[in-house]
Amino acid sequence: MSRSMVLRAVDGRLSLRLDRRTLTVTLLLALALVISALVSLGLGSQATPPSAVLEALLFPERSDIALIVHEIRLPRIMLAILVGACLGVAGLLLQGLVRNPLASPDVIGITGGASLAAVAFLALGGTALGEAWLPLAALGGALLVALGIIALAGRGVTPARLVLVGIGLAAALGAAATLILVLSPDTTAMQAYMWLTGSLYAAQWREVAALAPWAVLGLPLALGLARHLDVLALGDDLATGLGSAVRGTRLSLLLLAVALSGAAVAFAGGLSFLGLIAPHIARRLVTRGHTGLVPASALVGALILLHADLLGRLAFLPRDLPAGIFVAGIGAPFFVYLLYRWRA
Amino acid sequence: MLTSPAAKLMGLLLTAALALATGLASLALGATEIAPAVLLKAFLAPDPSSTQHLIVWTERLPRAAIAALVGASLAVAGALMQTLTRNALAAPSILGINAGAMCFVVLGSTLFAIRSPLGLAWVAFLGALVAALLVALLGRERGGGISPVRVVLAGVAVTALFVSLAQGLLIIDQERFESLLLWLAGSVAGRELEMMTPLLPFFLFAAGVCLFLVRQLNLLVLDEEVVRGLGQRTGRVKLLAGAAVIVLAGGAVALAGMIGFVGLIVPHMVRALFGRDHRWVLPGCALLGAGLLLGADTLARFVIPPQEVPVGVMTALLGTPFFLHLARRRSLAP
Repeated sequence: MSRSMVLRAVDGRLSLRLDRRTLTVTLLLALALVISALVSLGLGSQATPPSAVLEALLFPERSDIALIVHEIRLPRIMLAILVGACLGVAGLLLQGLVRNPLASPDVIGITGGASLAAVAFLALGGTALGEAWLPLAALGGALLVALGIIALAGRGVTPARLVLVGIGLAAALGAAATLILVLSPDTTAMQAYMWLTGSLYAAQWREVAALAPWAVLGLPLALGLARHLDVLALGDDLATGLGSAVRGTRLSLLLLAVALSGAAVAFAGGLSFLGLIAPHIARRLVTRGHTGLVPASALVGALILLHADLLGRLAFLPRDLPAGIFVAGIGAPFFVYLLYRWRA
Repeated sequence: MLTSPAAKLMGLLLTAALALATGLASLALGATEIAPAVLLKAFLAPDPSSTQHLIVWTERLPRAAIAALVGASLAVAGALMQTLTRNALAAPSILGINAGAMCFVVLGSTLFAIRSPLGLAWVAFLGALVAALLVALLGRERGGGISPVRVVLAGVAVTALFVSLAQGLLIIDQERFESLLLWLAGSVAGRELEMMTPLLPFFLFAAGVCLFLVRQLNLLVLDEEVVRGLGQRTGRVKLLAGAAVIVLAGGAVALAGMIGFVGLIVPHMVRALFGRDHRWVLPGCALLGAGLLLGADTLARFVIPPQEVPVGVMTALLGTPFFLHLARRRSLAP
């Protein structure tokens, strides 16, 4: 049996080559995600059997837990899936374009920009304007930082400089966020601190609806652009020789990564490590090329965040802890292990 | 750059004068301004009934002493790290040493209820050591070489690790969060001398190591193979200098929390003035580091009065442009 299969359409003018292993892994991950989502729909302060969950999903008018499932758990799970997928893919794009497996939205300061904007919004009483503006503020912060990184990295936007400049900016942004925390009253400080850690608490349908367009547009775009990462991986000189517009490609990939991570952070807070580890796990499962890695990273990211949030909901009942704690708790040691195994 | 020994000595004296001046400013300026004459009198003939004397002795002096000690320690630790790693961007805050110490202090004070300054200092040393080992392990290339960017990235990743761990602990233990928030941001406000005195032997040990190693450190700047060709055993020097870094950075964090960028900026300024000879660089770093942190802490009282900006925030905001300047340079050699 060959390792890949080819789909042809329009008399062979349109063709798609699918790697068998990639396909199998992707389908298995998707299956795992659906099962996890169904199981976590039934878990919480009030546990419900899977049959009751299915009933609530299919025949809401007959079920007495329809409200919990539809209005509380389902939006939260959907948000976890979308945020996880966006961050996983954003991390993959950044690691590919910087050619460094340690890059991720939080390491190079994009998350920091979004966080600072959000913390400033909370502390300066922006909630009076309406909660709906918080994600916009965060997205604006992420975009500003990305532009700052590009401007400061200067001519050529070499990978190493991009990372170092991002790290420098991240430090300043973190300091500014800390300043706001220290100066604001205790309750606001704790609220902002929770936000910085990353939490899906009290997720609602309108948040899911606001994030969905970013994911629906961004993820397929990433899938389409991913093949450029394979070329960039060969090095700037070789990529230029092969006819790739290196700077333009890198810039568009960077903006896409910013849009995905900025949108995700806007709704879930400063989750760290997710964008870093999801692509690594995906790379161990799927071996060939970046195109197969995009869906795998998205699914792995979604799975991690879904389970971390489930843990946060259940581990310390009745307290609902931010998912970010558990993402970092699982992600950080795993990352150290990966980093140790990986040598440039 | 100053070339002749006389000029360097002059430069060192001027740096000392600067540190002294910022120290005096730190004693005199703030919410209550204290006239120079009153300050002098507070030292020569302390009067327990005078509020101003009381402020000088119980508030300003401990604060200034701790700021000076922390600034000097961080700057010297940064200089040692830049020499050890041959990396211009090496500093306790950037390579995760500060974050390691911070995380262990949070761990010790939330889970094990450690409160004594000495106990917290030991925990901070342990955290700094763990972070340093992690970065050293992760920053190494396959061939055993060390790539500057990889080390910095490893440092940032290790920082992220410890900061998230500490965040988690503090969210679970909200009472400690409120009491540790200022310390987390990096602050020398409201400290007592009793917090510093038990740690002095450690800082003296580090100073002794620096004095003892000063010549060997000069050799480390050379190429590794040249050094070995000269018959030097670098292993022991690196180990001792590493221990000094752990003690200096860990002790600074135990006293004042996360204060970044002092260890990065000061060694560069000092090298620009005095060249690369550690006999001048190390004392220069100690004096300028103390002066810088005293100055930043004094300035922090006037940015948004009546509130005080934590000094760690001040140094981060002042230091970032400098870091960006270094990062944009072509070479990352110190």
